[in-house]
Amino acid sequence: MQKNRARPLSPHLSIWRWGPHMAMSIANRVTGGALSTVAAVALVWWLVAAASGPEAYDSFRDLATSWFGVLVGFGLTVAMFTHTAGGLRHYVLDIGAGYELRTNKNWAWVSLFAPTAVAVLLWAYILLRNA
Amino acid sequence: MGTGTGVGRVRGLGPAGHGAKNWFHERISGVANFALFIWLLVSLLTLPSIDHASVLAWLSSPLTAVPMILFVLTTFWHSHLGMTVIIEDYVHDEGLKFGSLILLGFFNFAGAALASFAVLQIAFRGTVS
Repeated sequence: MQKNRARPLSPHLSIWRWGPHMAMSIANRVTGGALSTVAAVALVWWLVAAASGPEAYDSFRDLATSWFGVLVGFGLTVAMFTHTAGGLRHYVLDIGAGYELRTNKNWAWVSLFAPTAVAVLLWAYILLRNA
Repeated sequence: MGTGTGVGRVRGLGPAGHGAKNWFHERISGVANFALFIWLLVSLLTLPSIDHASVLAWLSSPLTAVPMILFVLTTFWHSHLGMTVIIEDYVHDEGLKFGSLILLGFFNFAGAALASFAVLQIAFRGTVS
């Protein structure tokens, strides 16, 4: 089949000038994917380990409190908070609010960076408390 | 998909007609997740310790076990809806897409069942430690 080059195409990623709303949109999807895989496995692992007995639980806990576990935990916290902010942002957009250019841009920036800041504060609190 | 009539050529190529349902369920499960995640976060932060005995004692109360099971179910539901859309968007080969969606369903059902069963087992066994 011959391609019709004159055929109009809807504008895609390469057409639009990159903006925070686009970054937030893809961040919401990427964090959702990470939570659906890594965090889902971690949640099941934690609960099954707890039900399986002290040895299984302690091996999970040792891994979770190692530097690697804390790194993954921090990453998942950033993902969870970012995805939460993205979700809340969507509820506002879903009712038809927040589409004015400046408002939309500002809240996109806030939902991109505020969750990471909150995650840093939370983990600083947890690590200092247990230090 | 046939090659004959106009309707025969386009049948099966359009949307399945379930887009709004997926979208709406994603929002509903998202609200449930939000409330239950706040509960889980606050509970874990206020637990005296996350050692085995403390976690078992905490999970064996009905007012913990039930929200935890609800959290597991709404999370896997929300996750399933979101991952379904991601697969539909990026996996273009029909066969691969079909297979991926089935595997996704197995993964999410297995995860939700395992996690719920673990919570029930802890709750029904009680705190004999």
